[in-house]
Order: sequence, then C-alpha cells, then structure tokens
Amino acid sequence: MAATAISSAEAGLPQGRANRQALVEKLVGMGFAFPAFLLLLVIIITPLIVLFYLSLTDYELGALDFRSVGLGNFQKAMSDPVFRRSLWNTVLYVSIVLPGAVGLGLLVAVLVHSRKRTRSFYEMIYFLPVTSTLIAMATVWQVLLHPRLGPINAFLRQIGIGEVAFLSDPSLALPTIAVIGIWQLVGFNMVLFLAGLSAIPKDLYEAAEIDGCANGIDRFLTITWPLLGPTTMFVIITTSITAFKVFDTVAVMTRGGPAGASEVLLYAVYLEGFQYFHTAYAAALTIIFLVFILIFSVIQTFVIDRRVHY
Amino acid sequence: MARVELRALAKSFGAVPVLSGIDLDIADGEFLTLIGPSGCGKSTLIRMIAGLEPQTSGSISIGGVSIDHLRPHERRVAMVFQSYALYPHMSVFSNIALPLTMQRLSLWERLPLIKLLSSRRRRVMPEIAREVRAIAEQLQIEHLLDRRPARLSGGQRQRVALGRAMVRHPDVFLMDEPLSNLDAKLRVHMRTELAELHQRLKTTFIYVTHDQVEAMTMSDRVAMMDAGRILQLGTPTELYERPINIKVASFIGSPAINLLKAKVGHDGYIELMDRRLTLQTPLEPGADVTLGIRPEAMFPASSEEIRTGRASLPASLRRKENLGSEFILHFDVAGPASVVARVPAGPVVQAVNGSVELSFDVAACHIFNEQGERIEPNPLDSCELSRPRTLVASGGGV
Amino acid sequence: MSTQPLPPSAVQTSPGLARTRHILGLVVTHGLLLTGAAFILLPFVWMLATSIKPPDEVFTATFSLWPKRFYGVENYSYALTAAPLLRFALNGAILCGGILIIQLLVAIPCAYALAKLRFPGRDVLFVLVLLGLAVPVQVPALPLYIGLANLGLLNTYFSMMVPFFLSVFAIFLLRQFFKSFPDDIIHAARLDGMSEFEIVWRVVTPSAWPAIAAFSVFSIVAHWNDLYWPLIVITDASLAPPPLGMMFFANAETGSNYGALTAAATILTAPLVITFLFARRQFIQGITMTGVK
Repeated sequence: MAATAISSAEAGLPQGRANRQALVEKLVGMGFAFPAFLLLLVIIITPLIVLFYLSLTDYELGALDFRSVGLGNFQKAMSDPVFRRSLWNTVLYVSIVLPGAVGLGLLVAVLVHSRKRTRSFYEMIYFLPVTSTLIAMATVWQVLLHPRLGPINAFLRQIGIGEVAFLSDPSLALPTIAVIGIWQLVGFNMVLFLAGLSAIPKDLYEAAEIDGCANGIDRFLTITWPLLGPTTMFVIITTSITAFKVFDTVAVMTRGGPAGASEVLLYAVYLEGFQYFHTAYAAALTIIFLVFILIFSVIQTFVIDRRVHY
Repeated sequence: MARVELRALAKSFGAVPVLSGIDLDIADGEFLTLIGPSGCGKSTLIRMIAGLEPQTSGSISIGGVSIDHLRPHERRVAMVFQSYALYPHMSVFSNIALPLTMQRLSLWERLPLIKLLSSRRRRVMPEIAREVRAIAEQLQIEHLLDRRPARLSGGQRQRVALGRAMVRHPDVFLMDEPLSNLDAKLRVHMRTELAELHQRLKTTFIYVTHDQVEAMTMSDRVAMMDAGRILQLGTPTELYERPINIKVASFIGSPAINLLKAKVGHDGYIELMDRRLTLQTPLEPGADVTLGIRPEAMFPASSEEIRTGRASLPASLRRKENLGSEFILHFDVAGPASVVARVPAGPVVQAVNGSVELSFDVAACHIFNEQGERIEPNPLDSCELSRPRTLVASGGGV
Repeated sequence: MSTQPLPPSAVQTSPGLARTRHILGLVVTHGLLLTGAAFILLPFVWMLATSIKPPDEVFTATFSLWPKRFYGVENYSYALTAAPLLRFALNGAILCGGILIIQLLVAIPCAYALAKLRFPGRDVLFVLVLLGLAVPVQVPALPLYIGLANLGLLNTYFSMMVPFFLSVFAIFLLRQFFKSFPDDIIHAARLDGMSEFEIVWRVVTPSAWPAIAAFSVFSIVAHWNDLYWPLIVITDASLAPPPLGMMFFANAETGSNYGALTAAATILTAPLVITFLFARRQFIQGITMTGVK
C-alpha cells in the first residue's frame, strides 16, 4: 500500500485510519491546487522562461530561423537613444507622480478624516477617477487641454497668460501626463490613507491635546505622521509601481510624442514588440522592465515584513 | 490653589441629555471619585473637565478661575486614560518628556531636522531629561526609559501613563478608569500605589471608576452618579452607611445589599414577612417599603442570639461559598426572595444547614419608600425598648 | 499644588478667539477640499457639458456649461450609430464576467488547499504565488501573444481573458482569509460526513464573502478599464472592450467631433461609475482591503 510509506509522520493515531486521512488530504489538496498550478505554469512560468530565452536571440515574429546573440539585445538597449530616453522619461514621470499623488492623497485624507457629515461626499468625488475608464477620461483631458478649443486655454487666454500647448510642447507633454496620473491616483491613495488613519486610536489625539499638541501641525507631527509610517511606505511603493507602468495616457494622448518627449518604458516595449515585431529586442526590454518592478516588490516585501507593529 | 468648582454643568448630544445640573466642589488636594454604572455620564464629566468635550451649559473653574474657554493643554490638568494612550512610536522617555517639550520649546524647535539647529533646545533638553528621570525614579521605571510601550507589561504602562501626567505638575489629575485594564492582583496593588501617590503629591485627584471597591478604598469623597446626575456625594462611609436611595445602596457594597419587600403596619411599625419589627416610620400605614440589609448584618441565629434590638426571619440555606476567612451564605426566604449573609468562618457556619432563623440588627436596616428614597425611622422611645415582647412579631416563635 | 505660573496662552484664549479659530479652520479645510474636488470633477463635468453641445458652440471655446442649443440627442445618437458602443460595453461585461468566474473557480479551492490542507508541493506553490504577485501582465505578454498567434486564437474572447484566468492575488488574499477560518468547524463538517468539495463551497466560501466581494470589485474595475492586453490581441472592433473601443472610436472620428467623442466617453464610463455611485461603500472597502492586503 502507498499509505504505509507516507504514514510515519502521523504516528500516535491508529495507523490505518490516520494513513487514510493523510492520504485523502494529500490527494484532495493536490486536486484543489492543480488547476491553479497548471495555469501558473502556462500563463506565468513558461512565458517567463520563453521570455528569457527570446531575449538572448534575434527572433522576430514570423521568422523561420533565429540564432543566439547572447546579451546583444541588452547591449543594444543600453546604447539605444530611444530606449534610454523612454527609461529616463519613465523615471521623470514617477518622480512627478510619486510626491504629487502621495502628498496630495495624504493631505486630502487628513482633511477628509476630520469631517463627519461631508466625509462621504468628498470620498465619493475623489474616488471617482479610480473607477472611471482612464482611456475615456484621457480623451476628455485631451479636449480640455486643446490649445484652441479647450476651456483651460480659454481661461489662460482670458487672464492674459496666453495659449499653452500642453501636449504638443516637448517640455510640457510629460509633466502634463503626470498631472493626469496624479489626478487618477489621489483618490486611491486617499482611501488607503483613510484606512490607516482610522486605525489610529482616538485616545492618542486626546492625550496629545492635553499634553500640549494644540494645533494641527503638532498633532500631525506627534501622532499622525509617525503612526501612519507603515501605510505611507506601502502607498509609496504601490504608487511607484503604478506610475512605472504608465501606458494608457501616453498611448491615447501623445503616442510618445512630440518627438519622443513622452515616450515611456512600457510604450517602448509595446511598440517594439507588437508594432515593429522586434520580438527578441522587446523581450530584452521587458526583462529590464521586470527588473525595475522586482526591485520595487523586494522593497515592498522587505517593508511589509518589518512593518512596525508598535 | 486647585479647588475645582462645577456649576450647573450640563451636556447633551443633540436632544439626548447626558449630564444635567452637575454642581460639585472639590477641595484642593482632595481625592474625589466619580462612580456609577456605565453610561451614567461619569466619563463625559471628567472629559469635560479636561476640555476634551465642550459643555452645553454651566461652568467649570479651577482655583477660582473659569477654565471654560481654555483648551485642554491650557487647563493645567493631566489625564490618565483607561487605555493609557501611550504614544506607541515613542520610547518611555519621550512619552514622559512630551508634555515638557510641548510646553518649553517653540514649534520650530520641535520640527524634525530644523530642531537640530536650535541652541536653546540644546540647553532645554538636559533640563527636561533631568525632570523625566526624577519622575521615573519615583515610579521605579528608570530601567524602562529606552523601551517602547509595546514591550511593557500592563502595570509598567500604567506607571508610564502616570509619569506622563506627573511630569507637568498639574493642578488636577484626572483618571478615567485607569485600573480597569489590569488583572485582579495588579489592580489591588496599583490601588495602594495610587492612594500613596496621592498622599505624597497632595494634588487634587478626580477619579472615575465603576468599581466600588476602588471608590471605597482610595477616595476622600465619592460622588455616585446615575443617568447624568449626582445621586449622592459623601465620604465612602457615608455612602455605605447612609445611602440616600436604593440605587446607591445596591451599587455600593459587595456582595450587594439584600433588598426585601415589607409593609407599614397599622400602627406605623414595619412588618416583614408578617413579623413586626421595632421600626416605626412616618409613612402612612399600608405603604410598601423596601428594607435594605447589608450581608454582614445578617447572621444565622441560634436562639440565644436573638436579643434586644435584633429580629429574625425564617430562611433555608441554598449554597455556601467558602472564602477562607469568611463564608458567603445564600438563602431562600419567603417572597420568594434570595438573601445573602456574610459570616466569619467558625463553628456556627459549619453547623448551618437546611432551615434556619436569620437574625439581623434592626438598627442596621435601611428603609426605602416606594420611590426608592431613604426614610429615617422614628426614634424609639425608651418604653418601647423595655418591652422585649414587641421585638419579634407575634407569629414568630423562637 | 503647583507653584508654576499659568502658561501665557491660558490668558489669551477668549471664547471669541476660539470660535474665530474654529471657523477659520473650517474655511481652510473646505476651501482646500473643494479646490481639489473641482480639479477632480473638471473632466467629468466638461465631458457631460460637451456631450450636449452642438459643434459650433464647442468650437467657440467658452466656459458656459449649459448649451444655448441642446444637442445631446444628436451627439449621443451619432456616437451610438457611428460605433458599436453598446457592443463595446457588452464585450466589457463578458470579459469581466468570464474572467471573474474562472478566477474564483480556480482560486478558491487552491486558496483553501494552501490554507488548510497538507499536501506535497504546498510550500513551493505558495512561494510561486508570492513571486507571481510581483509579475505584471505586461511581462508574459510577449510569449503569450506568440503562443496565441501560433494557435490561431488572436481576436477571440478567450485570448482576451486567458492571461487573467489565474489571479495569484486572489489566491493570496483568500488564503489569508481562509487561514483564520476555525479548524474546528472544518473538522465538525468532516465528522458530519461532508466531502472536502462540499466543505470548500458550502462552508468555507460563504464565510469569505467580504474578501470575495472585495476581490470582485478589484477585478472588475481592473479589467473593465484595461487597455494594454486587449490592444495587443484584438484588432476586430466587434470584440473590443470599452477602452479599446474608445480608442478605435477616437481614431476613426475625424479629429474634432468633440460632441460625439465626449458622448461616447460618457456612455463607456457610465456603467462602472453608476455602479460605484450606488455601491460606494463596497467599492471603497474593496479597494481598501485589496490595496492594504
């Protein structure tokens, strides 16, 4: 019997029954996990292996034969001005969105948290962009920012600043898209911060008030900010990852333009892989993309593991 | 001087009154306990004194100066919370030092990084450290100063909370059920420590609890509250020996006072279970009254103990609880009702079994009218006392 | 018994000052919040306003929100006839529904097995799940695309859904939830003669309802709005989900028929936003739970 081989771990129970129970548990467990395992294999693990393999070749979609080029694709990427620019643009985008979306999210959460009757009203408004289809809203932003027809420029003209070509001025295109990124993320971060805020005991604020923390700044510095530390770290990481994956707004609003001024990493991967069909090269770029994401994830795991439980 | 005066203080949440017409004078250096069942408004009252809840009307003054418009930190009060409310991200030292840094450093001297530029801060901080250490020494927590609250036991946290309150030398200490999160043994210990601390500091303490033992053991005076009002204010002894109504009588004392239904007889004497007691009241004959008899006033009697000034009622033993030095005896009496007696351990208790006569001192009976208010019995004339046969009701053979 | 003088601030605070400070605080708070809210609402308001304006009013670029000539009917009917917008929305619903059902069918038993059963390979599988959490869909996209192309499956609902059939996140979230489910109840169910299959679906799953609801919100919002993967595998407009449909529509519309464009945006954004407005609590709770983990 197979059961006898497995039994020793279950010593102490009546042998036969314990064996059968353990065997049943094993079979059921494997059965339950099997579909997930199979999908994991097909959807994630095999593609990852193929991806690594492709990145070392010169394969192009449809090509009949291909050969290994070692790290050639990676070397090419490093010296490719288009890719380097897209990497730099992505970092720039993250460095605008991160402080904006985290800082404003925190500010809004702190202000909203102290409201009682109007809290759900503000919550609803700020959360609206999270649920709305970004592509559709990006199209609307395009209308809003239109140099001649958009209301924003009409307003700027009226107060005497004159037209600003938000999306076609190379120095403004990326910051403009970043502002839209902030617009979309503030509500999401607000909700996370609100969850963190409601976990802070009210007693502490009262104790602080008696101890002399009279104004909002003191209360924030003494209680809110330190106790919100773990939440803040988490929000910073998730915002970084989301911002790093920016794609939709670029694809709809600028297509990387003008003159590559808003070309970002994922858009470059998309163009190489699915428009130009430089499959192997795109595989290498994807791996570089993955490395960045993994760095963020490692930091996240690290932070969450040693998340301070006071 | 830190005399606390509350005048016509009231609080309502919307249309719901929580406190109404609270008048209370607390002397400088007094230990006053607010006691009452949960929801009686005692916590709201102490939080109003701290400035954490605004009052709806009325006024509060400390040392003769109105503090109604002062914010909590300006009121020179310190508060110990039920949860201790220690700042979890700060060391014990920083927890205790916080009130002082808030008082003595300006905002920019407290800001992260910028504070390092301040030379005044470098002068002030050692002073603060000295004071914190002095307090820690008093509370015997010097060795814990570097720890975070999470790594302290309940009793240690309690002391840190006390230290944080003491370090400011407040005019008034406010304590909101500070011992209720401790285990029973530690609670008894901290009770003593708090009482001693009060004696040492000679500061006004206002203490909130629902535990009558805490109230009885520590306080100079106790204010018993119910439904947003003060029912009775007095020394622990006064509350115990002369409760103003049934609520006070049944809240104070453990095991709780025995309450028995009785009637006023045609001659004004009270009749309990058809037995006439030597208690005469000004109440109308036929009125219902409730007699309150403390468990320690009850005694399972052998015949020779029924003497002058005592009465008895027939009872049957249901259960004995052995507390070592004493026994709690549970009896069933006619009514049907249940009566508890607290009796010192000894041969008499051992012998109790089945049906007995429960003897009690008539003078120790509290009389409450139908509204539950205390009624003082008429003083007995000497001739009444000289006629022993009237002591026990006619039907009651002994 | 204190000898220290009262702090100076004690003398300064008067009732009037306190009230002034309170009101000032309220004004600043609401001022900031309303400014932010205006920024957030700007595109929504403009979208609705433009969608009911005739072209000539759109081109004059004024601030007026309400049009002089109501042109909503024309814009919306044009948008609906020029592109199969309702079809896009239906595709979105099929996509989200199909993905969610399979995600739950796969993840729930697996999460239960990881949480409560001992079987060989359990720890390896869990580590793989944790690693999988860090891999966004853009990473396996390239090989998956090649595979689907070779199988001739591009331009199908299946190709749009398949990368999302397995949600490692769902497994992770539900495993955490199932872990705290009392073992005693499972043992009792076993003694009562329930099979493991019944235990999963009739005992454990109902208890995890909050987590399942939260995950469902998260999954639906994510896939209704996803552009990247449909953009890669779908070229047939009749299969496009809302974001891709919107993109097709915007590209096909010659430049600046803004009335129709915003009408289309309104139609495609509406289903999720309206659901959100009605189930605000659940949405926000869902995001909080899935966001904070």
